[in-house]
Amino acid sequence: MTQAPDLPLWAAILAAIFVLIGAGATFIGSMGLLRLKTFYERVHSPTMGTTLGTVCILLASACVSSVVHARFSVHEALIFLFVSLTTPVTLMLLARAALYRDRVAGDESVPVEDDRSN
Amino acid sequence: MTRLVPHPLLTTCLLVMWLLLTQSVSPGQILLGGIVALIAGKTMALLRPDPVEIRSWRAVLRLTGIVAVDILRSNLAVGRIVALPSRRRRVSGFIRLPLAITNPYALTTLAIILTATPGTLWLQYNRTTGSLLLHVLDLVDEEEWIRLIKHRYERLLLEIFA
Amino acid sequence: MNVLVLGLAITAAQVLLGCAMMFAIFRLLRGPRAQDRILGLDTLYINAMLMLLTFGMQTGRTLYFEAALIIALVGFCGTVALAKFLMRGEVVE
Repeated sequence: MTQAPDLPLWAAILAAIFVLIGAGATFIGSMGLLRLKTFYERVHSPTMGTTLGTVCILLASACVSSVVHARFSVHEALIFLFVSLTTPVTLMLLARAALYRDRVAGDESVPVEDDRSN
Repeated sequence: MTRLVPHPLLTTCLLVMWLLLTQSVSPGQILLGGIVALIAGKTMALLRPDPVEIRSWRAVLRLTGIVAVDILRSNLAVGRIVALPSRRRRVSGFIRLPLAITNPYALTTLAIILTATPGTLWLQYNRTTGSLLLHVLDLVDEEEWIRLIKHRYERLLLEIFA
Repeated sequence: MNVLVLGLAITAAQVLLGCAMMFAIFRLLRGPRAQDRILGLDTLYINAMLMLLTFGMQTGRTLYFEAALIIALVGFCGTVALAKFLMRGEVVE
């Protein structure tokens, strides 16, 4: 059932710790989607998965593939770059779309548009 | 130099990305990646973006360190809010704060930092008034948040981007 | 022993990520509003990407890494298009 590459003990323990921290952070972040009450609160929690979760799992992956292929493996940095640059953009756009929709719907709980806007 | 490589930073980054994707540093790949990066740099020059001028690389390093620590800390804070039942009533809400930075690259960097940090979300920036609308998950003290953003991030961004 | 430690950790991580994907799917199906569904979709693809990375660690193949890279890029475009759609009701203006 459990299948994994055969690594030296230090690498195995390091990778195991990182992968567990990363998966745990992602799990808690996604749990926020269930537990938080409003949309604006829910937007905050998945960023746990995209920051701490992604970084830790990528570190574990880099650690494993560096040892397995016996060379320094850093191409995981690419995923980190893409995810850390794109997630803020999507969340920002999504939150602004939600704000726009709430304002159109006349929701009192969201702040009104700044009158002096361009 | 500037005519051949109009955007040295972009060209270097693209070359590094190419080498990471192909996972090799053989001369052939460096040549191929270099050609692609040069063409992309030239194409970018045709679009005439505002020049990026980084004045202090030390400030870049300091900002990176501060952001890494803050993201780790707010991960723990948000994780606690989500996973543990809270005893006190938590308030989340919108805050509006005035920004001193006007450089589009500095604003973009600040937007990415604030949104990538769990717990704060950049909503809307008004160019005419320079005011920013934020949503904060755990809003204990509005002044505290405004001071944090202005002191920790905005000061360094002013140093970096003029 | 070393294989067991890492194998168990990766399996546990896969279970956690699977649960995280279920939460995201719940939000995707349940709503209540369109923005909640898109947020669920966004979380779902990030979790799926991380899941693929754990499979890559397990098997030692780089194929999974490339799949994860593509999901990271394509998922971004999808969410941006959907958010844009919510804002104006049209993707291409």
